[in-house]
Amino acid sequence: MAKNINSSVLNLKPINKISFKQRMLSYKRKPLSFLLLIIVGLAAFLSAAALIFLMVYILVKGIPNLTPELFAWEYNSENVSCMPSIINTLIITCLTLAIAVPFGVGAAIYLAEYAKKGNKLVKVIRTMAETLSGIPSIVYGLFGMMFFVTALHWNMSLLAGSFTLAIMVLPTIMRTTEESLLTVPDSYREGSFGLGAGKLRTIVKIILPSSMPGILAGIILAIGRIVGETAALIYTSGSATGTATNVMDSGRTLAIHMYVLANEGLYTNQAWGTAVVLLVLVFGINTLSAFIAKKLGSKKG
Amino acid sequence: MRLGKIRETAMQGVFFLTAITSIAAVVIICIFLFCNGIPAMAKIGFSEFLGGQKWSPTNVPPSFGIFDMIIGSIYVTAGALVIGVPVGILTAVFLARFCPASLYKVLKPATELLAGIPSIVYGFFGLMVIVPLIRQYFGGNGSSLLAASIVLGIMILPTIIGVSESAIRAVPESYYEGALALGATKERSVFKTILPASKSGVLAGVVLGIGRAIGETMAVVLIAGNQVQIPKSITDGVRTLTANIVLEMGYSTGLHREALIATGVVLFVFILLITLSMQAIKSRSENHG
Amino acid sequence: MDKFQIQSMNLHYGKFHALKNINLNMQKNKITAFIGPSGCGKSTLLKSLNRMNDLVEGCKITGSLKLDGEDIYGNMDVNVLRKRVGMVFQKANPFPMSVYDNIAFGPRTHGVKNKKQLDEIVEQTLKDAAIWDELKDRLKKSALGLSGGQQQRLCIARALAVKPEVLLMDEATSALDPISTGKIEELCMKLKNEYTIIMVTHNMQQALRVSDYTAFFLLGEMIEYNDTDTIFSSPKEQKTEEYITGRFG
Repeated sequence: MAKNINSSVLNLKPINKISFKQRMLSYKRKPLSFLLLIIVGLAAFLSAAALIFLMVYILVKGIPNLTPELFAWEYNSENVSCMPSIINTLIITCLTLAIAVPFGVGAAIYLAEYAKKGNKLVKVIRTMAETLSGIPSIVYGLFGMMFFVTALHWNMSLLAGSFTLAIMVLPTIMRTTEESLLTVPDSYREGSFGLGAGKLRTIVKIILPSSMPGILAGIILAIGRIVGETAALIYTSGSATGTATNVMDSGRTLAIHMYVLANEGLYTNQAWGTAVVLLVLVFGINTLSAFIAKKLGSKKG
Repeated sequence: MRLGKIRETAMQGVFFLTAITSIAAVVIICIFLFCNGIPAMAKIGFSEFLGGQKWSPTNVPPSFGIFDMIIGSIYVTAGALVIGVPVGILTAVFLARFCPASLYKVLKPATELLAGIPSIVYGFFGLMVIVPLIRQYFGGNGSSLLAASIVLGIMILPTIIGVSESAIRAVPESYYEGALALGATKERSVFKTILPASKSGVLAGVVLGIGRAIGETMAVVLIAGNQVQIPKSITDGVRTLTANIVLEMGYSTGLHREALIATGVVLFVFILLITLSMQAIKSRSENHG
Repeated sequence: MDKFQIQSMNLHYGKFHALKNINLNMQKNKITAFIGPSGCGKSTLLKSLNRMNDLVEGCKITGSLKLDGEDIYGNMDVNVLRKRVGMVFQKANPFPMSVYDNIAFGPRTHGVKNKKQLDEIVEQTLKDAAIWDELKDRLKKSALGLSGGQQQRLCIARALAVKPEVLLMDEATSALDPISTGKIEELCMKLKNEYTIIMVTHNMQQALRVSDYTAFFLLGEMIEYNDTDTIFSSPKEQKTEEYITGRFG
């Protein structure tokens, strides 16, 4: 019986469906509205077209250049392999995270768990983090060069580059971590305190694990920025072509490698290939971050 | 028990220290930039540095005037806004109010992808595609204010789209319904009630976009031509503050190097002003809400 | 004379049958009240009269609804329909702009551009809505700064500014204090000389005070429809009696 009713509902011919013809008639009375609709659609089309054109163009130009030589272990002037720079990128990414994650997560824990609401200092910290996230990467590069490279005598090195990038991604990690800490329901905290656990134990055993996906998503977002960064690194980690064997060595990351290739204008094909590698890396990283963040979202319900 | 308490207090201290690193970072960045940049400006002469139109750091005697580059940065940013702001805001309107759900699922991640593309890839794309096109159709050598404006316009799209869309979505549905109930078309309701009501959020998106455009370096260096001049037409080359730093830092020494750092100070001040106005917009919209 | 004629109307939200076989004619220049417990479909029916239900996803209507004999869901332009059938919402929703611009929004939408003409419309509608004296000195001030009662009367004035034939009021006084409510009720009685008013109300006393006709709804069905005095003094249906004497709802 109930089934019959449902299927009869589906078969109804509703009178309130606006047909295409009705819509067009209505626009005929209001041509300006129709114009607006077209403009809005056109803008969205332009945005999408820009992305699609960019992607397709780079893939079409770049994929044929993804030769095995491009991934040879050695870089030399006959074969501008991007393998050394991939390895350097990996080292810089790990180093940067090793510095930025403890500071970023620690700061977020302080802001979310210890600081009192409406605390003046918290406001200052937030403002400063916001200021940091607005500073252009070339200014980070300048600062890194003056401070780590020159003042601390680290010279151009992966270490100097990593410290520079660590300051740059700090606000990202802080913000995403704090946001995900704040989504942990207070009942978890109360439950843990109720069992006699101290604040520290509650944070380490209860709050951090349950906000892990959010923190991870933020970290991966930061990785995306590190991998794509050029301006902050060019005068801090430098553009030496080899694979760094030591954190005090200079070495170019993939993005810098691509900049040098593009700037010299001699290895255009290899630059296209490198662009594809860079795009795939960054998109893979961002997709992973979005995936983890979504998983967190669905778990929360 | 006592030990536990000590550990609690110690860790709280540690967390506190990590929290103030961002303050420390801003302070130390300011100190280093200003301590290196301001004396250089003083040596060159403030009006000579900021207002001078001659930049020839290797001449004897050298000249360090960055006026043309300040104008260059402003022109390039303005150009990017002319292209990015209308398209960005209208795309945000489309996403928030006109987009069918099935299309949204594709379009929204696509705009986010646009934000993830590294600036060097944008720059290279501009160099290989946009610059030759401009050379072909507008003359000149292609590396120009126009090329930089187009590429930067695309680069700031995701910022403007993202911030504007959430601002538009935050407007109460009742405004929209109120306008519809008066017999306004959907388009009129959106553009006359929703968009005006979201203007401070949209403005925040534009300001963020300005910050991104003015600070962009690697994409601009590859496509703007980098001549020190005030461009007379959009197909002329232009050098921005950021480009000036990246182009010459590698081989500079002495006062030249300090002048480049001072260029960074000028850029930094620009960005601080933008951050401040951003916060002003935010607090204003909070007071209104 | 009948302003609205509704015949065998059914409405579904997805699989939920929200209105069941409604047959109802409503008279011109009268106030008709829809009463009934929450979720009975009275607001849904009201919103079907100016097609605001079109905004609800999965809403399906069958049957026939006519305004002055013309099919509402036929070839009538929806924007024209909404100009003819104005609406006042449960929660006052003035636009975030000046009092003047709120009133002028509708006329501007329908092509009035002349400043002098707009000035006249604004003054006249504010007078019609009986808040000219309160607002004439703050026409340029933001409408969001008004009190709740003033905002709602402004919204009534805004609806009147496009010269509608019908005014739909969806629990328009439910968020207001008794004094503001009284002012709006008074206004309704005055307006019915020129407009047909249909109001949804939770407040049975209000229906009794202002309406000429009352329809009682329960679980998507129209249980009883009659002139207000009859409904409240000698209802034919037992459910109606139970509701108006406060046994449920």
